[in-house]
Amino acid sequence: MAHVAFTRHLQRFFPELAEGEVPGSTVRELVAQLDLRHPGLASYLVDETGRLRRHVNVFIGDEPIGDRVGLSDAVGPQAKVFILQALSGG
Amino acid sequence: MSDLLILGTRKGVVFIDRQSDGWKARPIAHAGLSISYAARDPRDGTIWAAMDHAHWGPKLSRSKDGGQTWENLSQLAYPPGARFIEQHLPSPENEWGANTPLAYKDAALLKVWVLAFGGPDQPGTIHAGTLPGGLFTSTDGGDSWELNLPLWNHESRGGDLFAGPATHRNHWGGTPAAMAYGEFVPGIHSVVVDPRDSAHMYVAISCAGILETVDGGQTWRSCNKGMTNDYLPDPDAEWGHDPHFITLCPGQPDRLWQQNHTGVFTTEDGARQWKRVDQAETAVHFGFPIAADDKDGHTAWVVPAKGDGERMTIEGGLYVARTTDGGASWQRLSAGLPAEHAYDIVYRHALDASGDRVCFGSTTGNVYLSEDRGETWICLGQNFPPVHSVRFG
Repeated sequence: MAHVAFTRHLQRFFPELAEGEVPGSTVRELVAQLDLRHPGLASYLVDETGRLRRHVNVFIGDEPIGDRVGLSDAVGPQAKVFILQALSGG
Repeated sequence: MSDLLILGTRKGVVFIDRQSDGWKARPIAHAGLSISYAARDPRDGTIWAAMDHAHWGPKLSRSKDGGQTWENLSQLAYPPGARFIEQHLPSPENEWGANTPLAYKDAALLKVWVLAFGGPDQPGTIHAGTLPGGLFTSTDGGDSWELNLPLWNHESRGGDLFAGPATHRNHWGGTPAAMAYGEFVPGIHSVVVDPRDSAHMYVAISCAGILETVDGGQTWRSCNKGMTNDYLPDPDAEWGHDPHFITLCPGQPDRLWQQNHTGVFTTEDGARQWKRVDQAETAVHFGFPIAADDKDGHTAWVVPAKGDGERMTIEGGLYVARTTDGGASWQRLSAGLPAEHAYDIVYRHALDASGDRVCFGSTTGNVYLSEDRGETWICLGQNFPPVHSVRFG
């Protein structure tokens, strides 16, 4: 279980979205789990090839993930994950 | 003649209604979100908006209550295995050339550039032209979308890249309009459905040209005969053209109009043969949009601009040019439009005509309307966001 927090901007499209525990051992698995809870959410974070969208950032702790293409970064059971909009997107 | 205008803008959807005391804009919908295209489906009244999220990716949104409430949709997506041949802009860091080995890229939706609605015999059929060059069709009112594979796999694009490497030379180039997304890919900005036969459609691609299907999208063929250009060694090349927008006259559907990067073209025979109809005196040459009259195949409107290096108004003044003789001559229509200090550019989807009404919106947030076929113009607002599309509802 990782603790996942989100930019509040996503609540515009997913009003029920709230930070909390999400099962998964990689970022990709977290995104898949989040999409089950909030259908359609994954399409806001990754494109149809699974790549993180250009102006979305995911941090594990203070570090941005390394694999923006496959989201294979490992997520420990105590990890804190932040899903944020990137400054580059405006 | 429509009493509703729908603007797709940099900051949302603006509805402008004709009321007893004039045209009134409603509060903006999708406030703050860039809308690349917005239009009303004339068959069931659904309002469609193509959202162009900077952060969260392109999405469609639809309203079935005239714009009061919206439903956002994420279903339009390229299927696994959809690939295209990468294009490159030469740069100091990128010594790309004709000998560079082909590289393939997995397709992901960058932008829904245009939406078009099937005929009355096809309720629920909607077409979407996209970057990077895929045509999608929904037959269930937008709940699900399918990539048109015969066009995606067309030999002009290298053949079936799902099956393996390219089998034909690619003729589809990137459009500068994609560079805002950090890509240089082709885009479909025009989808034209023949009102006599919904299986007969044209698409226009920047940068490739026009293709036509007569069997509902199962097969496609080029329709670029008579097209010329000034940037390729062969000015009569079959491919490599840069249409900016094409449209047809609903009352005379064999009459099509094309505003191209290199001039204005028309055809009277369903795009079997295009004819160049520029006119130097009115600077009818470069521009982005073109609108056809509902009934009269000889009448069309353009908004001329200075091309290539500048992309500005002609001598600082904003005007519309109209032909009523099939492009043989054009009249400059400027009554009510600024004659100087105007820096407005009108994008390819931001000019529309409905009956005697003609309307356009500009990159500087001005919206002008004529209710007498362009003779005189009134300003509906000068402080709108940059306007991407204008469509009568």
